[in-house]
Amino acid sequence: MHDDDKLIEKATTGEYRYGFVTDIEQETAPKGLSEDTIRFISAKKEEPEWMLEWRLKAFKTWQQMTEPDWVNVHYPKIDFQDIIYYAGAKKKPQYESLDEVDPELLRTYEKLGIPVEEQKMLAGVAVDFVMDSESVLTTFKKQLKEFGVIFCSISEAIKEYPELIQKHLGSVVPTRDNYYAALNSAVFSDGSFVYVPKGVRCPMELSTYFRINAENTGQFERTLIIAEDDSYVSYLEGCTAPMRDENQLHAAVVELVAQDRAEIKYSTVQNWYPGNSEGKGGIYNFVTKRGLCNGVESKISWTQVETGSAITWKYPSCILKGDRSIGEFYSVAVTNNFQQADTGTKMIHIGKNTKSRIVSKGISAGKSQNSYRGLVQMHKTAKNAYNFSQCDSLLIGDKCGAHTFPYLEVKNSSAQVEHEATTSKIGEDMLFYCNQRGLSDEEAVNLIINGYCKEVFRHLPMEFAVEAQNLLAISLEGSVG
Amino acid sequence: MLEIKNLSVSIDGHSILDNLNLSVKPGEVHAIMGPNGSGKSTLASVIAGRDEYDVNGGKIEYQGEDLLDLDPHERAHKGVFLAFQYPVEIPGVSMTNFMKAAINEKRKALGQDPVVAKDFLKMIKEKMALVKMDPKLMSRSLNEGFSGGEKKRNEILQMAMLEPKLAIMDETDSGLDIDALRIVANGVNSLRTSENAFVVITHYQRLLDYIVPDYVHILYNGQIVKSGDKSLALELDDKGYEWVKEEVNA
Ligand SMILES: Nc1ncnc2c1ncn2[C@@H]1O[C@H](COP(=O)(O)OP(=O)(O)OP(=O)(O)O)[C@@H](O)[C@H]1O
Ligand SMILES: [Mg+2]
Repeated sequence: MHDDDKLIEKATTGEYRYGFVTDIEQETAPKGLSEDTIRFISAKKEEPEWMLEWRLKAFKTWQQMTEPDWVNVHYPKIDFQDIIYYAGAKKKPQYESLDEVDPELLRTYEKLGIPVEEQKMLAGVAVDFVMDSESVLTTFKKQLKEFGVIFCSISEAIKEYPELIQKHLGSVVPTRDNYYAALNSAVFSDGSFVYVPKGVRCPMELSTYFRINAENTGQFERTLIIAEDDSYVSYLEGCTAPMRDENQLHAAVVELVAQDRAEIKYSTVQNWYPGNSEGKGGIYNFVTKRGLCNGVESKISWTQVETGSAITWKYPSCILKGDRSIGEFYSVAVTNNFQQADTGTKMIHIGKNTKSRIVSKGISAGKSQNSYRGLVQMHKTAKNAYNFSQCDSLLIGDKCGAHTFPYLEVKNSSAQVEHEATTSKIGEDMLFYCNQRGLSDEEAVNLIINGYCKEVFRHLPMEFAVEAQNLLAISLEGSVG
Repeated sequence: MLEIKNLSVSIDGHSILDNLNLSVKPGEVHAIMGPNGSGKSTLASVIAGRDEYDVNGGKIEYQGEDLLDLDPHERAHKGVFLAFQYPVEIPGVSMTNFMKAAINEKRKALGQDPVVAKDFLKMIKEKMALVKMDPKLMSRSLNEGFSGGEKKRNEILQMAMLEPKLAIMDETDSGLDIDALRIVANGVNSLRTSENAFVVITHYQRLLDYIVPDYVHILYNGQIVKSGDKSLALELDDKGYEWVKEEVNA
């Protein structure tokens, strides 16, 4: 057999570790999408009237829009009437402490490696756990409150902090921004809310684990993070889902607002079920993430490690409005088997002396397609703005593809833009060279991948950098040999 | 230590080695010479375990074991080392990390604990001095953007770090300037013991002035057609390959 064939054959043997289903009694909305569905969700969440109005308006907007077709991914048309838009546990949904948690759920945490157990709690990571349409547990809420930091589910925030929500929800990603953002605005179920008051440095890492459990259900999470003047917060989200033959939709919206000199670090380790080795099943991950550097010298950085999903469509962006504000995007996107990823970022420079940095590392194996799409926009007002972009692609085998689409719009002549791109391939020669020095194929790939991704991993919170490395190793397990 | 018997090798149905025999004992240095395309690198690759070649017959015994049964990385663990004619660039991996991984894999296979960082650094410093390697190269991506000579020197540095039992050097001298040639040769000589062996593939007698071989073999048409002592290399230098070819074809 020829080596490239073997590469591909072995590429199909890596296994997804989080494919189990939790057996928990759930209540779901009737299948399909209509005003009634939205009323149902809103009622389930005991929302105030204004929230329902907001959703219904978004629904009308969505109905007038059409699905985007400019993305470099291919999938059968989604039947939006064939999806369940709400699934929540029958029993008391929000727990106050670990002791109250359904043991079945606890086992779920354990299997997912979520740090709710004491030992990891001591490590100082607060966790919000969202299963399907509901947040079920938020740890360290009280302790954070002492610092003035609000960390809770968005459902709770709508009830408890309506003025903050009304002020900021949709302020960064307007409802009509795009098709999936409009859909999310109409039907979003849960997600996290973070508020860091003036001058506060959030004393611990905040994290949310998103889990799709129920069948035929879409997850529409909504996250909002607000960092007031001179504050700092680091937030991490993780995602997994059971293995199912049908595709499931995950359409999230994340909005970040950073005021004067505030800094938000947002990290993602996305490991939704990617589908099996024949390309059956898997999550459609259509996400709108955007941060607004509203204040002077504010800073937002996105770090993402994307290994899962059948299809990923996602461009975490920064609007650099405040003078001297900084936007960063560090990304590792892995595709294997039949996965498709179209991901990248947008850096919108509006303020003076704004800076952005993009480091994108794509890894393609199997028959997958991996696209980087990046937009750097320098507005007329963006005097002396600066962007640096580095877009690298790494191919494993020769049935996969990597594509780079950098877009550039410069309307201020004092702005500076630098772009670098490389493509490399882990080929037979490279592997044999490593073999000859005593490294097996797998070790060789790990070594090369970790070297390749170093610059991105460096930006992950320490506790998660190791996790991300392991995740990569698992995703590419058997991709050569 | 190495017994090659009636080895026949082809690639895509095209025969390259044909009933080749070679015997190497511990402590010996063998030089292999031969015209371009005669199969020298093929022989080296097959010993190291490159699997794109088809072994159609014969066997390779190494320390009493059938070498052809082992994966390339297992052969490396057992002390087989190949200094490549064309060293490969590995993006994003520094020489330091690469060597640490290589040494630790070997140690793991031998049931030893990973090397202590301090010892490792001491060793790499020592060996760098041996081949007069610029320390700056250690933190750069392996071989990436290295000059031809730097790549070759780096091969010898890796050899020194891994302390092989059987080292095959495939045209390590090509592309080296006179000083580098001497440095590399001295490096090799200082690694020589009564327990290890070297197979040196070269086109030039010059290298053999520094690394003095016990045997010189001429590879032609996929076979070793002539063997002798170091004077054979001198003769080739003088007369070229024509007379050998004529002898074989007669
Ligand atoms: N992958 C391959 N496909 C087809 N032919 C090959 C392949 N690899 C080697 N060969 C052929 O096998 C023969 C021997 O090649 P090899 O590289 O072993 O020669 P060599 O003696 O090392 O030559 P040089 O002195 O030029 O390094 C050559 O004719 C070469 O073209
Ligand atoms: Mg050769």
